[in-house]
Amino acid sequence: MSPLWLLAAIVVFALIGAALGRNRAVSCVNGNIAELHSRPGYYGSYVMIWTALPAIFFMVAVLMAQPFFNSSIIDSELRAGYSQSCDREMARTNGDADAKLPAICADKEQYETLDTRRALMKSVVESVAVGVSLLDKATADKLHNGLVAVRPTLKEVGVALAEDVPTPVVDAANKLNEAKKTGDYILLGGVGLLLIIGLVLSYLRVSPRLRARNLVETNIKVALVLASSIAILTTVGIVMSMLFEAIHFFNKVSLSNFFLGTQWDPRFTSAGRAGGGEGSFGLLPLIWGTLYISLVALLVAVPIGMFAAIYMAEYASNTVRAIAKPLLEILAGIPTIVYGFFALVTVGPFLRDTGAAIGLDISANSVLTAGCVMGIMLIPFISSLSDDIITAVPQSLRDGSLGLGATKSETIKKVILPAALPGIVGSILLAASRAIGETMIVVMAAGIAANLTLNPFEAVTTVTVKIVSQLTGDLEFNSPQTLVAFALGITLFVITLGLNIFALHIVRKYREQYD
Amino acid sequence: MQDTNQTFKADSDVRSNPIKMSGEKVTVHYGAKQALFDVDLKIEENQVTSLIGPSGCGKSTFLRCLNRMNDTIDICRVGGTIKLDSTDIYNPDVDVVELRARVGMVFQKANPFPKSIFENVAYGPRIHGLCRTKAEMDEIVVTSLQKAGLFEEIKDRLDEPGTGLSGGQQQRLCIARAIAVSPEVILMDEPCSALDPIATAKVEELIDELRENYTIVIVTHSMQQAARVSQRTAFFHMGNLVEEGPTDQIFTNPVDQRTQDYITGRFG
Repeated sequence: MSPLWLLAAIVVFALIGAALGRNRAVSCVNGNIAELHSRPGYYGSYVMIWTALPAIFFMVAVLMAQPFFNSSIIDSELRAGYSQSCDREMARTNGDADAKLPAICADKEQYETLDTRRALMKSVVESVAVGVSLLDKATADKLHNGLVAVRPTLKEVGVALAEDVPTPVVDAANKLNEAKKTGDYILLGGVGLLLIIGLVLSYLRVSPRLRARNLVETNIKVALVLASSIAILTTVGIVMSMLFEAIHFFNKVSLSNFFLGTQWDPRFTSAGRAGGGEGSFGLLPLIWGTLYISLVALLVAVPIGMFAAIYMAEYASNTVRAIAKPLLEILAGIPTIVYGFFALVTVGPFLRDTGAAIGLDISANSVLTAGCVMGIMLIPFISSLSDDIITAVPQSLRDGSLGLGATKSETIKKVILPAALPGIVGSILLAASRAIGETMIVVMAAGIAANLTLNPFEAVTTVTVKIVSQLTGDLEFNSPQTLVAFALGITLFVITLGLNIFALHIVRKYREQYD
Repeated sequence: MQDTNQTFKADSDVRSNPIKMSGEKVTVHYGAKQALFDVDLKIEENQVTSLIGPSGCGKSTFLRCLNRMNDTIDICRVGGTIKLDSTDIYNPDVDVVELRARVGMVFQKANPFPKSIFENVAYGPRIHGLCRTKAEMDEIVVTSLQKAGLFEEIKDRLDEPGTGLSGGQQQRLCIARAIAVSPEVILMDEPCSALDPIATAKVEELIDELRENYTIVIVTHSMQQAARVSQRTAFFHMGNLVEEGPTDQIFTNPVDQRTQDYITGRFG
């Protein structure tokens, strides 16, 4: 029985429980609902919750534990099977010193020493297990006794194997199937038992004095806490997985190579081979490219965004504001890839031609192109947030300044902007962390060459672009060339996290000012 | 509406002081809603004139007309004439910025800028370019704070933020800020409504002293306050100026029944 059907059964039981609980509550007081502590629906919900929740929790726990359990079975079975077969082969060739090592023993040794081999064998066992479960009884027995070859037999039921597999694998697959079956029984039995116990016990507790309303309330709180812990745990999980892979990386490449290196050249061809060819993973050109492009982007976005915000908050009439603000915010809704080809097709060539006309050598892929286009992308972030912040400055401050005979622009310059400054800095920092995380625009506008250069007319690249290119290659997953992506990722994460915390801190400080 | 529009003038408008500001047939509309109906009011020089009346009667609206603060409200339209000395302040030739320097304003809620105490007072002189040297600026700031009766209390902490002062000190800081640009008229919109009785007493004392050099118009909800600080009182009701005259006469012998009802607490 698949988990989906089980879930459906739980739902049905829960609904039945709800109806029963409600009925019992009503019939307890002979239909005089006013005598109940809570409205009848709450008794229904109470029975429903206690019917469904324990079963669901049990199901989730079993489903989560099962893969770990299964893989440990596969592992122990394979180890035992391999040693047994190897010993048998060794015994057969006993005394013959010249005989070469039996194939099965070589397999055994590989399995015991190589992580990758273990992972591979695990998936082979799993597909064999699926295949075996599809065979009819007679063929399965034959297979078990080694009377037919595994590969062609399984091919007939639609499971393709890359090579023929030795007996230990088939045995392990059989054990796995048994374990799966037992697991299913446990799941089914446990869920069924919990459903019935939960239903009966909670049904019996229903009485006019039961505070069902308060009990249901508690469950709502639990549900809310669960939802927020899922969000938090996911973040922790992401960070952890990045961190562990990054630690793998730093086991293979020295910290100084990564953090202090000025050369980015991971050398795809000599992937993971002998010591000398580890490649150089200098972070500095990438960080420099990231910060440089972000700086240019902010130089474009901050003045334009600020002026737009000031116009909308202070000068625009309500009608203009109602139209202009959503229009500006449309910019924020354009996918960055679209900005990317805007850079590639329009801005890049334009800047190159303009540069050529005035005697500057601007390459079509340059810091300037990427910065300008990214700046345009950031305008709505700055203008929209700053607009809200400027509007939030109390009218009394404006009145105070105007009442002293200041002009509107003097008021804005000397009173409103200083008062709104912390919030504005916050909005700029949030925009900056967007800029640092941006990928598509950079790929298309600044290129993928990691240069350490001050010249804004040359191509550079950023951390995010390199993460993409390192992860999309067809390299082994545990080579430093791939793992470096995680080290880059966590570096970027730390930088943007720092910026965000700083921004939030400033925004919070600003909030306290007028209270 | 016709008879309520008529304003009762005490003593057939005998005035002992020159007229500083005067409104003739002032009307104000907020969008389609009319907030003031043909108000005629003269404000005497170096006197305190208080505007009283129930909430929503138009007294604050009238006050804000006097230095064109209503211009900042998009939907507000002002009709009639308001003169400062002999100029019509709603004449297109009038520079509203200069007008507001001559007719300063203190608001209901103390609104010091989030700057230091010194910078709060220096703000006006600085934007109007009233002083060239640091010494002149110090002079103006100190004198303004002294005139507002605040200097002795805060002379050691001129660098601290103005928002850190107590409510009453903040309001006197706002008065100092208004004085610093040497206005001729100071408009005060319920300046004590957020203050405790002691702070109120100090501000009232200050208003009385300021009368020597400035013409003051004050909007207040407190009739005791109007009686204490003002020489002349105007009673507004539902957008009309009902009655205007010397304060003691308004409070002891009002002509109009509505004024009588209001000051004896029967409505409002």
